[in-house]
Amino acid sequence: MTTEMKGLNLKEINKSYGNVKAVDNVSLDIKSGEFFTLLGPSGCGKTTLLRIIAGLELQDSGLVVLDDEDITIQPAIKRQINTVFQSYALFPHLTIFENIAFGLRSRKIADSEVNKRVNKALEMLEIDSMQKRFPHQLSGGQNQRVALARALVNEPKVLLLDEPMSALDAKLRAQVQVELRRLQQRLGQTFILVTHDQDEALVVSDRIAVMKDGEIVQFGTPEQVYDYPKNKFVAEFLGAANLISGTYHDGRLHTDLGVFEIEDTPSWDKGDVAIRPEWIKMSDIKPEINAIKATVKEIIYRGTNFDIWLDPGPLRVRTSSYKKIKIGDEVWLELGAKEMAVLHE
Amino acid sequence: MKKITLIVNIAAISTMAFLYLPLVAVAFFSVNNTKYGLIWKGFTLDWYTKLFQNELILHAAWNTLVLAVVSTVVSTFLGTILAIGMDRFPWPKKMNTVLDMILHLPVIIPDIIFAAAMVVAFGFLRSASTLFEPGLLNMIIAHITFQTAFVALVVRSRLVSIGKDVEEAARDLYAGTTYLLWKVTLPLLTPGIVAGAMLAFTLSLDDFVISFFTAGPDSVTLPLYIFAAVRRMVTPQIHALSTIVLLITIVLVISMERFTRKFNVK
Repeated sequence: MTTEMKGLNLKEINKSYGNVKAVDNVSLDIKSGEFFTLLGPSGCGKTTLLRIIAGLELQDSGLVVLDDEDITIQPAIKRQINTVFQSYALFPHLTIFENIAFGLRSRKIADSEVNKRVNKALEMLEIDSMQKRFPHQLSGGQNQRVALARALVNEPKVLLLDEPMSALDAKLRAQVQVELRRLQQRLGQTFILVTHDQDEALVVSDRIAVMKDGEIVQFGTPEQVYDYPKNKFVAEFLGAANLISGTYHDGRLHTDLGVFEIEDTPSWDKGDVAIRPEWIKMSDIKPEINAIKATVKEIIYRGTNFDIWLDPGPLRVRTSSYKKIKIGDEVWLELGAKEMAVLHE
Repeated sequence: MKKITLIVNIAAISTMAFLYLPLVAVAFFSVNNTKYGLIWKGFTLDWYTKLFQNELILHAAWNTLVLAVVSTVVSTFLGTILAIGMDRFPWPKKMNTVLDMILHLPVIIPDIIFAAAMVVAFGFLRSASTLFEPGLLNMIIAHITFQTAFVALVVRSRLVSIGKDVEEAARDLYAGTTYLLWKVTLPLLTPGIVAGAMLAFTLSLDDFVISFFTAGPDSVTLPLYIFAAVRRMVTPQIHALSTIVLLITIVLVISMERFTRKFNVK
C-alpha cells in the first residue's frame, strides 16, 4: 500500500445501531490543512462519522489514524481534536472567558498562558467585549463564535464542526460561511464540517465527500462534485439538475429530445446524463451541435436569476438575462457536450 | 358568561377558604389571650413565650431538627448519586424502565405501609444489634429511605433538562471524569440538588406516620408531641407550636419555589 500521508486517515470504518448501518465501510484520507466537508441528508451517518473522529463514539471496526499515529482506541479527552457542536453546548454557568478557557484549564495550563491564549482567541473572533457575559446573554451568532473560539483555543490538529450554522438565519449564515472559510485559510488548520446544506459545502470546502446511507457516494473538489455528479443522488442533492435518459451507441447519446454528442464515454448502453440548468445555452439562432428547439412554459423569478421551464422536457434553464423572453416563445437550446455528466448506478 | 365566571370565582374562593380557614384559625387562637373558648380576648404572645420555657417541647424541637438535618444531608447525597447513576450510565432500555418504577415506588406507596415495612425491617436488624432499638437512629434511617427517592426524582429531572451535550463538550475539551463532575455536572445540577434537599427537609419536618412507627421514648419530634398533646387537650400552646411549624414549612416551600424559578429563567 501507499505510505501514510500527514492528516487524518479513516480506514474501513463501520458502525451499526441495532440493525441500522450508520457508517458503512468508510475510508477517507483528509489532508492536513484542508477544509473538508461531509455532505449528506439527515440520517446519512455523517454526524456519527464525525463523532467517531472526535472519539465520542466508538466504531465497530476500522482504524482512525491522525498524523501517522493510530488513535483508534483513544477516548475524546486524549485526542487533539476539538468539536464545535450543533447546539454549541456552551457551559451556561461559566462566563464567555471561562467557557473558552475550559480546555486549557482542564489540562492544568498555567494562568498566564491561559489568559494569553484566551485573549488571542477572543480577539480573533471579535468577541472580546463579551468575555464577562454568560452564554444566555448572547445572540445565536455570538454564541457560535464562542463555540468556535472554545475549540480553536486548544490549537487542535483537527477541528470538527457539526452543522454549526443550522441555528443561524439565512443572511447571517452566508456571511459566517465566508468568514469560516477565511479563518480556516488564515490558520491553515484542518477543518472537517458536517452539513446537509449543499451551498454551504460548495462555499467553504476544499473537498467534499457526499454521503448517503452510511456510504460515501462521491468524493472530490466542489467543482468536481457539482459539475460532474457521479449519480442521480448527487446530481439532485447538490442543486438543480436536468436529468436526461437515453441510450448510447455509435458514439452518441440517443434521447427523446434528440441525438447528442457527449465528451464522456458512458460505460452503459442505457442510462442517464445530468446537466445543470445554468450550463444550458439559450439563443435565437440554431447552435451547431446538440441543439433542441423548445417552447417557454414558465418563468420563475429567483432574485439574482430566473428559472425558465421549457417543453420538451421538462427542461430547466437558469439565466440572469431573460428579458427578451416571454411565455410561449420558441428558443434554441444547446446542451454542451462537455457539460453533460454521465451518471452511474 | 358573566354568571359562570361569578360561580367559578365563588367556588374557587370557597375552596381556598376550606383549605386555609383551619390553618388561619390555629394561628388566630395562638395569639388569643384566653385558655378556652372561641371568643377573642385580645392579643398576646404569652403562649409563644411559654412554649420556649417548656423543656419537653424544646427537646422535641431539637429532635425534629436533628432528624431533618441529618436525614436531609444523607438522602441528598445518596439521591444525587442515584440520579446521576441512573441517568448517565448506559443502561439497556428495559432496565431503565424497571429502575424508573423502583424509584417511583417509595413516592406512591402509602406512608403507613412504608412505616409498617420499616418496623419489620428494624425488627430483623434488632436481632443483629441493639443499635436498632426504636429511637432517633431508626427514625433517621427510615426518613433517609423515603427521602432519597424524592431527591433522586428531582435531581434526575434536572439532569434530563441539562442534557448530555455539555458533558460531551467537556470531554471533548480534555475534562476527566472528576473534573467534569466538579466543574460542569455538579454546578449545573445545584438547583436540582437544593430543590431536592428542601423537599426532603420539608417532608422530614412534617412527617408523622413513619416517625410514629420508628420513634423511641426519648426521640419525640414536634409532630409526635403535637399528636400526643392534642389527644389530652388542645391548648393555645399547641396552636402556637403548630403555627411555628406551619410558618417554617411555608418559608421553605416559598424559598424552594423562588430558587427553582430563578434558575429556570436562566
